[in-house]
Amino acid sequence: MTQPNPDAKEANGSQQVLTFVLGNETYGVDILRVQEIRGFTAVTKIPHAPSHVLGVLNLRGSIVPIVDLRMRFNLDRADYNAVTVIIVLSIQSASGRRDFGVVVDGVSDVVDVPQAEVRPAPEMGSANATEYILGLVPVAERMVVLLDIDCLIGNDLRGLSQAA
Amino acid sequence: MTIDLTQFHGVFFEESFEALDSMEAALLKLDVGAPDPERINTIFRVAHSIKGGSATFGFTAVASFTHTLETMLDEMRAGRMNVTQAISDLLLKSVDVMRDMLRAVQNHQAIDAQRVADLQFDIELAIAQKNAAPAASAQAGVEPAAAALPPAAPVAAAPAAATSPAAVTVAAPEPATTVPSMVPRWAISFRPGKAFVGGDGDPLRVMRELEAMGTLRAFADVGGVPSLAELDTARCYVSWRVELEADVSEQAIRDVFAASAQDWELSISGGPQSPGGSETDPESSATDDAHGDSESIPAVAENPQLSGGSREAREEGPAQIEVPAAAVASAAETSAAAVASTAEAGAAAVASAAPMATSTQAAAATHTAAPTADSSSIRVSVEKIDELMNTVGELVITQSMLSQLGQKLEGPDADRFRSSLAQLERNMRGLQESVMRVRMLPISFVFSRFPRMARDLAQRLGKQIELKLTGQETELDKTVMEKIGDPLTHLVRNSIDHGIESPEARVAKGKPAVGVVHLDACHRGGNIAVEVSDDGAGLDKDRILAKARSRGIVGQSDVLTDEQIYDLIFEPGFSTAEKTTDVSGRGVGMDVVRRNVHELGGKIEIRSTPGKGSRFTITLPLTLAIVDGQSVAVGSETYIVPLVSMVESMQLQPQQVSRLPGLGEVLSFRGEYLPIVRLHEVFSVEPRSRALHEGLIVVAEGDGRRVGLFVDDLLGQQQVVIKSLETNYGRIEGVSGATILGDGSVSLILDLPGLIRAASLRQAA
Repeated sequence: MTQPNPDAKEANGSQQVLTFVLGNETYGVDILRVQEIRGFTAVTKIPHAPSHVLGVLNLRGSIVPIVDLRMRFNLDRADYNAVTVIIVLSIQSASGRRDFGVVVDGVSDVVDVPQAEVRPAPEMGSANATEYILGLVPVAERMVVLLDIDCLIGNDLRGLSQAA
Repeated sequence: MTIDLTQFHGVFFEESFEALDSMEAALLKLDVGAPDPERINTIFRVAHSIKGGSATFGFTAVASFTHTLETMLDEMRAGRMNVTQAISDLLLKSVDVMRDMLRAVQNHQAIDAQRVADLQFDIELAIAQKNAAPAASAQAGVEPAAAALPPAAPVAAAPAAATSPAAVTVAAPEPATTVPSMVPRWAISFRPGKAFVGGDGDPLRVMRELEAMGTLRAFADVGGVPSLAELDTARCYVSWRVELEADVSEQAIRDVFAASAQDWELSISGGPQSPGGSETDPESSATDDAHGDSESIPAVAENPQLSGGSREAREEGPAQIEVPAAAVASAAETSAAAVASTAEAGAAAVASAAPMATSTQAAAATHTAAPTADSSSIRVSVEKIDELMNTVGELVITQSMLSQLGQKLEGPDADRFRSSLAQLERNMRGLQESVMRVRMLPISFVFSRFPRMARDLAQRLGKQIELKLTGQETELDKTVMEKIGDPLTHLVRNSIDHGIESPEARVAKGKPAVGVVHLDACHRGGNIAVEVSDDGAGLDKDRILAKARSRGIVGQSDVLTDEQIYDLIFEPGFSTAEKTTDVSGRGVGMDVVRRNVHELGGKIEIRSTPGKGSRFTITLPLTLAIVDGQSVAVGSETYIVPLVSMVESMQLQPQQVSRLPGLGEVLSFRGEYLPIVRLHEVFSVEPRSRALHEGLIVVAEGDGRRVGLFVDDLLGQQQVVIKSLETNYGRIEGVSGATILGDGSVSLILDLPGLIRAASLRQAA
């Protein structure tokens, strides 16, 4: 975990996580990284972008790239509809804070996740497949996959700005 | 109680750099030989305030250097030192050194001590050479200012009190003070009697004669002058107090007065046994200095109480001497009247040698007190303004979204709603313009660096240059300003180096020896035009062309227009200078100028007449935050083509298009063949139609190349606020940024040079 809230962690050894649904799975991200949750609106396409970068949106005056997590995770592509949601997240990079939005099927809940309950992701084959998974945690009889967004998106975006 | 002074450092540096700029400007306007005293004062004030500030903050190196500088300026101000070319050079160098020192201190780097010491030595040498004696005295007078800033009054009062009892007890002739000087010192006070006779009764004659005996210091007491109504023109109301250092007898002095028919009220004291002056001087002068800022020095007679007191004292007996009221005023302040007789006796001894230094310091103090508060402006960080701009941009979008909603609205209140919306739109536009203007600065910020540069260059090249600056108040965006400085510097340097001929050559051609370089700025439409023109030799077309042919840039048989030939000088590595100087001639520069101007979305044009001079015109957008754009539609996407890169738009006839092997599709456009760039292909979007005649062609240029952009439709022209894509995403080839349209959606702004590069790569691939 790169930037958990130290206070929350030390106080009760837990963190708050925003969970969302993608296909049949539930994923979670650190709530402190969430800037905003908004409905899906049409994006402006960016030429020569990777296929999972849908385009850019206007987020209160700044231009924010939008990533389709289904496509990033190689899931079946879903139609965007009324419940399709964009979660705007921020990552810390060498060049400062960067905001971006991820398209998910729907937002579920905010849950407290005690550190003690977080299980490491099982080692399977190549490390690449699991490097952006911080761990797994059971919440209400479901398995929530905690994502390391710095790793997941940060690397993508870093590659983009360097390539240009 | 300690105060953390570091919090004030930023302000100090900022103000000091600004002050140095104004000092430099004043120096450049300083006429050699006949300097304007006000200019010298300006320069002096800068040195003085930097000295004061750096001493306060403990930047001793800076304080020490400025102190030396101030000493020299003081000499100049007092008229004891002429302003020569060498001195003016020295002062300009000092500005550079001070700037570097302050910058070094600001960045916590080491100061180039050797350079500072060298220059300091030069200045001291200059002072010494000009006028050894007065320089030394001024030095003595100024010295304490740096050292003794803190508590002034108590220190001042102390020595006065301490010496006064001694003075009183030893009484009559005069106190014997600590360090006897070899030359007897006389304190003489005199006043013409009731009937003023004139002629040899003239006090000036007396002064002259006294001065012939030795070193003389005279102080006039005008306290006795009555109001205008009571004034008797036949009488002299002024009395004088004179200090004379001369090896003469008291009788000799009396003889001077006796030589006239005038009757004098005369008192003489001091003499060989009482050499008056003492070593407490520096302290009392320091006192004066420190006090000077607030109180300045009440002139001898401005305080009736004091002068009244001194008159009384005089009447008490011939052994009493007059008191320098200045010393009393600063030493004893309010209690002056009460302790008059005792304090006066002592203070007279203490301060007798001080007045010279005191008066110069007093002058300095009153001058430094005056400036500051000129313009009512505040400093605001650029981020805050950007934030404001952002918010206003958002408001504009929200407002236009509301407007669009309002159009569809129906019902009884719809009309009222729409008229309110119209009002909102007007106010919104006003607000946006105001915020834009906040970022605007007059171009004089850039121009101000050129007088110095022109002067230095002209000197080095042995040319005579007059630099004319006009349109300095023309405002442009700060970001543009920052980037226009270097290109302009290049152009001015070029004009001076290559354009203006040597004075001899100019005279031979029948031109005035002084060459004129003219910098002008003005608004033209939504752009700002900056012109650099000179009345020099002009560009040599033949030589440029010959050079270009020899370098293979232009074919041997090609015929070029004048404009095309002039444009050649912007080619990288192109220089027609016969020899490379350290000023220019290496051929780097003009290509950089053009690139910088293009990066700003501007244009540069050359006009030149052989023998008459050349004119470089740079046209720039007023701001980098906003661009005039043409919206074009490609499929479902909207792109913005900056108007500055647009040439024209047209509907294609099928016969205008031909296919060339290796070039793809080209269209003939006014005798030129332009490659057609299908925007939908470059950006991989689905167009409405792939047939060229069903869409439109936008002829656009970038980096001097023209292409025909194939788009589906033209939508409209508008000003758009440029937003960065790189903040959250990254750079995209062919796209310079993004903007937010009226409906809140994002549109990409095309970067033509990049787009053309990308397109030609695709062709090649």
